[in-house]
Amino acid sequence: MFLHEINFACAESSLRRRSERFLIGCVLLVASVVPTVALHAQVKNPYAGDPKVAKLGEYQFRSNCAFCHGLGARGGGRGPDLTRASKRHGTSDGEIFHNIHDGIPGTAMPAATNGGIGVGMSDEEIWQVITYIRSVEKKVSAAEMGDAAHGKELFYGAAACGTCHMVNGKGGRLGPDLSSAGSSRSFEALVESMRNPSKRLAQGISEPLKDFSQEYETATVVTADGTKLQGVVLNEDSFTVQMLDTREQLHAFEKSKLRSYEKTRESLMPAYDAKTLPDKDVKDLIAFLLAASSEGGDK
Amino acid sequence: MGLAMVALSGPAPQASAQVTSERLLNASKEPQNWLMYSGNYAGHRFSALDQINTSNAASLVPKWAYQTMAGGKFETTPLVVDGVLYGTGQDDRMFALDAKSGRPIWQYQRALPVDIKPCCGRVNRGFAILGDKVFAATLDAHVIALDSKTGNVVWDVESAEHGKGYSFTLAPLLIKNLVLVGVSGGEYGIRGFIDAYDAATGARKWRFYTIPGPGEPGHETWEGDSWKIGGSPAWITGTYDPATNTTFWTTGNPSPSNRGEGRAGDNLYADSLVALDADSGKLRWYFQFTQHDEHDYDATQVPVMIDDGDRKLIAQANRNGFFYVLDRATGKLISATSYAKVTWSTSKDAAGRPVPDKNRVPTPEGNRVCPGAAGSTNWMSPTYDPQTKLFYVTAREQCDIFATAPQPYEAGHAYYGSAYFPNDEAQPFWGALRALDPATGKVKWEWKHTSPTWAGVLSTAGGLVFTGDAEGNVIALDAASGKALWHFQCGSSVYSSPMSFAVDGKQYVAIAAGSALFTFGLP
Repeated sequence: MFLHEINFACAESSLRRRSERFLIGCVLLVASVVPTVALHAQVKNPYAGDPKVAKLGEYQFRSNCAFCHGLGARGGGRGPDLTRASKRHGTSDGEIFHNIHDGIPGTAMPAATNGGIGVGMSDEEIWQVITYIRSVEKKVSAAEMGDAAHGKELFYGAAACGTCHMVNGKGGRLGPDLSSAGSSRSFEALVESMRNPSKRLAQGISEPLKDFSQEYETATVVTADGTKLQGVVLNEDSFTVQMLDTREQLHAFEKSKLRSYEKTRESLMPAYDAKTLPDKDVKDLIAFLLAASSEGGDK
Repeated sequence: MGLAMVALSGPAPQASAQVTSERLLNASKEPQNWLMYSGNYAGHRFSALDQINTSNAASLVPKWAYQTMAGGKFETTPLVVDGVLYGTGQDDRMFALDAKSGRPIWQYQRALPVDIKPCCGRVNRGFAILGDKVFAATLDAHVIALDSKTGNVVWDVESAEHGKGYSFTLAPLLIKNLVLVGVSGGEYGIRGFIDAYDAATGARKWRFYTIPGPGEPGHETWEGDSWKIGGSPAWITGTYDPATNTTFWTTGNPSPSNRGEGRAGDNLYADSLVALDADSGKLRWYFQFTQHDEHDYDATQVPVMIDDGDRKLIAQANRNGFFYVLDRATGKLISATSYAKVTWSTSKDAAGRPVPDKNRVPTPEGNRVCPGAAGSTNWMSPTYDPQTKLFYVTAREQCDIFATAPQPYEAGHAYYGSAYFPNDEAQPFWGALRALDPATGKVKWEWKHTSPTWAGVLSTAGGLVFTGDAEGNVIALDAASGKALWHFQCGSSVYSSPMSFAVDGKQYVAIAAGSALFTFGLP
C-alpha cells in the first residue's frame, strides 16, 4: 500500500508532515471493511482519564497530528474533527490506536512509523494522544442537534443542497459528497460552510507526494469556439485543467488552447444567510448530516 | 559553444577511463559527463551541452525510464561517467545503468536496520565518484564505497550511531582523495558534523563539529549543555574552491528545531555557511544566516560560487527567504535581499544581516510566520548560468502557523518542540521558479507553479532551464525570458534536481519523479 510508504514529506528538517496531506475531508471517504476491528475494539487505554498524560498527548498531537487535524483536534480542511465522539473509522480505544499505529487504507491517514506520521510515535505516545483526544471529545447526537427529518426535507427540498451535494448515494455531484461530513466536521465548520462557503473552500483530490490538495475553486472558461463554461476545478496543473461544469459535464482542457481561463475562490455554492436559512434550519440540516454519517459509516 | 561541440563530436568515450581528482577539478570541460552532485565544484548545476536548445526543446521526447519500484521520495541526482549512469534511490538503493538505454549494469540494496531515524523520508540524493569507486552515505549513518564496475562493497565505515538519530541523505563531495559528508538528524537532537574519509581506505581524516565544544569559540552561544544536543546537521552537499583549497558547507537548524527555550544564544554554527580548509577541516570563516532559529530554517541549500570580474563571491538563496551574497575569501556579507514573502525578520543589523523579529516566534496559541517551516526554498538545487549570469531558484510561497509543543530530549527520539501547519483560511499556496540577478537580488522573471514544488533547477548552454513541479511536470523554459518551451507529465511529483549528459554525441536530460528516473532527448 503506497499509503504506508508515504511519509509526511519533509525534506529533512523541512517538511516533516507536509507532503502527503491527503484530504480526509467531507469528500469521498470510502468506508473500508477491516476484519480486525472487533479484535482492536477490546483494547483499552492504560492511561484513560489521566490529565497529566492528556497534556503530554496534546503536545504529541501538535507535533504529529495537528498538521491535518488542526489545533485542538477540531479538524480543518484536511483531517476530520476528532472532538466528535463518534468516529467514522472506529470509536473504541483499540480502533483509534490501530488507526494511528497502522494508518487507514484508502485515506490520507498514514501509519505512525518512521517516515509515516511526523518522525514517528511510540505506542506510549499514541496512547497519550488518545488520552488527549478523549479529553476534548464532545458528545452530540443528531437528536440533540435538531430535527434530522426536517433537515432531510430541507436538504433535498427548499434549501436545495441535494442539487449539488450527495449524501449516501443520493444527490448531485458538483459539490463535495457530504456522506461523512456530519461525523468528520465540527459544528462550527459546518455552519461556516453554509453561511460563508467561500471562506474555506472544501478540498478535493489529493495526489501522493503533492503538498497541497486541490480545492473546490470556481473556473470560468471560454473555449476556442467561443463556448463559455463555468464549474468546479477537479484538478489542474500549469498546462491543463480538469473540471465539472454546472451541468455536471466533465471537461479536460489544455489551457493554452482556451480563449480564456479564469479561476476564483468565490464558491459556486450560494451563501445561506439567516433569512434564507434560519439558525434552526441549519441545526436541522446538521442533524440530518450527523444521522446520515452514522447510517453510512463503517459497516 | 565550441566546448560543447568538441565534447559531442569527439572520440567515443572510453568506458574504462578512471575518474581522477584532476578530472573532477575540470568537470566543466567534459560536459558529456556529470561528475558530481552539482555538476562542478562551484555548485552551478550548469551543463555546457547545447544540442538541446531553445530552438528545438519543444520537440523533446522521453528516451527511457528506470523504475526503482520503491515508494517515497526519489531525490537522486545521478552521475554519468563515460556512458554509465550511477544513481541512488529510496531506502539506499543504488544502481549503475547503461546511460543510453537505461538498462541496469548492477544494483545494490543496503540492508538497513529497523531502527534508523530518517526524519523526513528514506531518501538518498546521490553518489560521488573517484577512481574505480562510487561513494555514498547511508540512512544508517555509514559511508560506503562501491566498486563502480560491480556494485560490490569495497569499504563500509560507521560514522555515527544511527540509533541516536544520526543518518545521511546527501551525496558526498569528493575533493582530492577525500570523501566529504555532512550528517542529518536535526530533528533528533544530534550534534552535527562534517567528516572527511580517505577514498582508498575509508579511514576518517578529519571531523568538523558544527557545534563548538567547550573552550572553542562560539561555544558560548549555547545555553548550558544544550550544545550537546543542539542539532546543526549538514545534510546538503557542499562546494569547493580549488584556488584557496576551501570547501563551503551549509548547516541546518538548531535542535529542538522550533523551540528556543533552553538554548539561549545565537546557536553557532547552526543555519550557517562554514568555510573549511579542505585538507584539515579547520574553520576559516563562518556566516550565520538565521540566529537562534525557531522556524526550522535550515541553511542547507547549495552555496554557489560566482566570479564577477575580480570579485569572488558565494551566493545562497536561503530557506529563510533571503538571497545572500558573501565575499568568498572572508565571509563578509555583501547583500541580503528577500526573494519570497518573509515575515520572520523585519529589520537588519549594522552589517545588513536580517535579524529575527521577537514577535514572530512560536506561541502556545500559534503564530503565523512566513515562510513556513518548509521554507522559501529547501534542499532542491538552484542553478547559476554563466551565460545569462542569472541565479535560478525554486521559490515556495507558503506560510505556517507555529505553535509550541515542548518535549524532553530522549536519545534517538523526535525532538522538535513545536508544531506547524498551514493556515486553512489563507489563500492557496503556490510556487515559482525565479530568475535572480545576483548583482541586485532582483527577480528578472518568474514562472508560476500551481503549487509549491520540491524540484531543483538545471541551466544549460542551450539557453534553457529545466525544472519540475508538484503536479508531475518536468518543464523546459527559456533561460532568458522564463517562457515554457516544453513539458512532460511524469505522473508524480518531482522531488529532485535535474542534470544533463551526453552519450555517443546525443544529449540527454535526466530527472527523478515518482519512482522513476526519466531521461529526455531529441527525437
